[in-house]
Amino acid sequence: MLRYVARRVVYMLAALFIIISVTWFISKLLPGTPFADQKLSAETRAQLFAKYGLDEPWPVQYGKYMLHVLHADLGNSYYFQGRPVTEIILARLPISAFLGVQAILMGLVTGLVLGIVAALRHNSFWDTAATVLAILGVSVPSFVLGPILQYWLGVKLGWFPIAFFESWWHSVLPSLALSVFVIATVARFIRAEMLEVMGQDYTTLAKAKGLSRLAVVMKHVLRNALIPLVTVLAPLTIYIITGSLVVEQIFAVPGIGEEFVRSVVVSDYAMILGTTIFFSVLFILALLIQDILYGIIDPRIRVSGAKE
Amino acid sequence: MAAAVNGENILLVKDLQISFGTYAGEVKAVRGITFDLRRGETLAIVGESGSGKSVTAKSLMRLLPEANTILKGGEAIFEGEDLLKLSEKRMKDIRGSKIAMVFQDPMTSLDPTMRIGRQITESLKEHLGLSGQRARERAVELLTLVGIPTPKDRIKQYPHQFSGGMRQRVVIAIALACDPQILIADEPSTALDVTIQAQILELLRELQEQLGMSVILITHDLGVVAHTAHRVAVMYAGKIVETGTLREIFYNPQMPYTWGLLASIPLPTADRSQDLIPIPGSPPDMSDPPKGCPFTARCPYAMRVCPTEFPEYTTFSAEHKAACWLHHPMAPNVEPPVRVRGTR
Amino acid sequence: METRRSELTPDLFEQIEAGSQDNERIVGPPIGFWRDSWNRLKKNRGALVGLVVIVVVIAVAYVGPLLSPYTPYGQDLARRFVDPSSQFWFGTDEFGRDMWSRVWIGTRVSLYIGFLAAFLDLVVGVVYGALSGLFGGRVDDVMQRGIEILNGVPYLVVAILAMLILSPGIITITIAIGLTSWTYMARIVRSRMLQLKEQEFALASRSLGANRARLLTKHLIPNSLGPMVVNLMFTIPLAIFSEAFLSFIGLGIQPPDTSLGALINEGYKELRFHSYLLWFPTAVFSLLMLSFNLLADGLRDALDPKMRK
Repeated sequence: MLRYVARRVVYMLAALFIIISVTWFISKLLPGTPFADQKLSAETRAQLFAKYGLDEPWPVQYGKYMLHVLHADLGNSYYFQGRPVTEIILARLPISAFLGVQAILMGLVTGLVLGIVAALRHNSFWDTAATVLAILGVSVPSFVLGPILQYWLGVKLGWFPIAFFESWWHSVLPSLALSVFVIATVARFIRAEMLEVMGQDYTTLAKAKGLSRLAVVMKHVLRNALIPLVTVLAPLTIYIITGSLVVEQIFAVPGIGEEFVRSVVVSDYAMILGTTIFFSVLFILALLIQDILYGIIDPRIRVSGAKE
Repeated sequence: MAAAVNGENILLVKDLQISFGTYAGEVKAVRGITFDLRRGETLAIVGESGSGKSVTAKSLMRLLPEANTILKGGEAIFEGEDLLKLSEKRMKDIRGSKIAMVFQDPMTSLDPTMRIGRQITESLKEHLGLSGQRARERAVELLTLVGIPTPKDRIKQYPHQFSGGMRQRVVIAIALACDPQILIADEPSTALDVTIQAQILELLRELQEQLGMSVILITHDLGVVAHTAHRVAVMYAGKIVETGTLREIFYNPQMPYTWGLLASIPLPTADRSQDLIPIPGSPPDMSDPPKGCPFTARCPYAMRVCPTEFPEYTTFSAEHKAACWLHHPMAPNVEPPVRVRGTR
Repeated sequence: METRRSELTPDLFEQIEAGSQDNERIVGPPIGFWRDSWNRLKKNRGALVGLVVIVVVIAVAYVGPLLSPYTPYGQDLARRFVDPSSQFWFGTDEFGRDMWSRVWIGTRVSLYIGFLAAFLDLVVGVVYGALSGLFGGRVDDVMQRGIEILNGVPYLVVAILAMLILSPGIITITIAIGLTSWTYMARIVRSRMLQLKEQEFALASRSLGANRARLLTKHLIPNSLGPMVVNLMFTIPLAIFSEAFLSFIGLGIQPPDTSLGALINEGYKELRFHSYLLWFPTAVFSLLMLSFNLLADGLRDALDPKMRK
């Protein structure tokens, strides 16, 4: 078990190393020169370049950058001169994290209920309704849903504020916009898993033991169906990350996503690079946690088989 | 093999008819079968895939999928009640305690995420109200009974830590947990290696003698039958075509399908010059079953009357019946193939 | 109808040839794999609806603009922000351009990019997976690691970065979108390839080299067609979505060209007072996404051999 974890960690670190390197390389390919939008004399520009180490040969820049990364130093933002990228990211992290986690929680709970009910009432009206709703949820992206929610729940009905982030109430619409996809994905997934488990021999055996339907579902079906749910964790993390880019724009929420979009617009390459790396770290971490979690919950991995 | 058992009936199945509603139409899996099960005996129901034997077994415990199963008729009387018409609540009480089942594939019969011990004590808790220490002790007893070494350690383990044969023993242990009166074993050894097969069958036989329970053994393999059964019922295309004691079926079969089954068993002692005689063709499509004797198309002795009407049963002894037009007084005399001819 | 027993006559007991009965008569015509799948697909009403809607939308996208007397690019500042009316079915935008034409032109672009990107994904994925499986061993390992690295970065971020390097245009957007979604297909094709290789090894009498071409054409491709189709149906909406997303943050189709994403972006800016500018492209977009997803779901169920009864 420990070996399993250790292997995954080493693996992730290697992947991360490569990703950061590649991303750094790509950032060097981005067109335009840094500070191009700011009117500077040639001298000042040369000075700035020297200060940021942009005049050195690439391998040197690369080496220095990687060294800095090891110290969690992602350089300084070009746009916000002097402010370290890491600091900006960390300042905005709580907001994005809050929205994301809230969205996942909302989505998980609702999705589970929807999916389980659909599976238990297979082929009934509820099942079809839930499936249709789920497909809808997967099809309407957050940048379409966001404005719709803003319009109807915000402007027309006035129930929720539609921008900024001054209170929890402000977080409802953005989290809702994000969570719809989560609900749909979780519902479809758990429904499919449950249906598959219900078709297995061991479910029939449980029934043959004389257990009530409720007991069979609670003790056998759910446990087996929920375990693979962990594999949804990483894709959902990706979704929340990319979704936040749009949702934070629409709802003017000062999170990391909003910062990323801004840095794209003003060509703040240090920020772009740093944020991309941050996203990748997040994702890889999510993958790692997912793998470890799966190893813990599934007895087939946790307890190595000792065959006779 | 022990002589025929003459005990009282504990299960009486009469004219059982079961169909399935599929999108291709109604599939008539079981078309009116009648048999009984005596106390302390092993009744083997033999037939090819699609003959309806598995459906019969599952129907007795009402384990068939509710959605598209149609009970078209018949009854199954156990302890004075008709199993087919009982309420679900009553069935729950019977399942696992009075009637228990062993499935075919041990690799998928156990919940992979639950410890073995718990899967056994589940039954104990449900029907006998045992819990905690007492339940665990009983689980250990059961594992010992089915021949699993170091049971105290084993009850904490998960199914993937057991080999196929061991898992099947566990499944049997679960079935026996509450001392059932009837054990239904649906192809219990088919998915196992040959050597393990023999072990499991031997285990079943011992357990049956030890505990005095009745066993319905579903199989397609006559070799399995020879080892364990007291009486045999041969099923084909949803109907029982012959029943009798073990000796009667093996040494004096009276129906061409039975002849075919016996002739297709490879025997180490057989003369090499004699060919194995497989039965040509395949079973009929049950969504449109033939009107008369379903074996007609593959029967070397078929007569014009055969496809028109299902034959009446001819009785040869107290236990021995067969349904075949060859036994009608107007039919020609026919000798079974050499291989099948036995002592009288 | 059964003859009563008393009516049995001796001639009925003459022997007949076995097999003269059509026991083996097949109940129903033999059905090929595709036929059967098509039948099952037809039963899935959602998938059918999806298919119909897609076809209708494609048709309108090409015919629609012809129905209106206005062009999608013609500006007329005297007619800015006209609400939907009988003259302008979808209204006009801030430059007085006819929204009906613009929406359908935009749909064309979105569909085009969607199909192109999905197709690109398919080709790259199949080739990559086939090669990876064919070579096996070290090469395969490295290639698989490559895939995992590629998947380590959120796909939209990759697309954004790509768009930053390349200048926006239909082809570049297609490439940017297609950069990461081929990995799924590659995995499937690779595992099939590996299976096939094992089977071929069993026919040890012939050398493996001579059979490679046969492997690919006769076995791999037909075998993988099912998942290919399903994958295509799933990646098209994904590509359309990605393009819309890129356009929404300004990295996609540049004016005066337009796509559904660009239109949604423009419409969003006018949400407060001219919301119709948002609703129409949004409706078409959502309809497309929904239909493709329904169809893809249905196809996946229909082509799955495990679901056959």
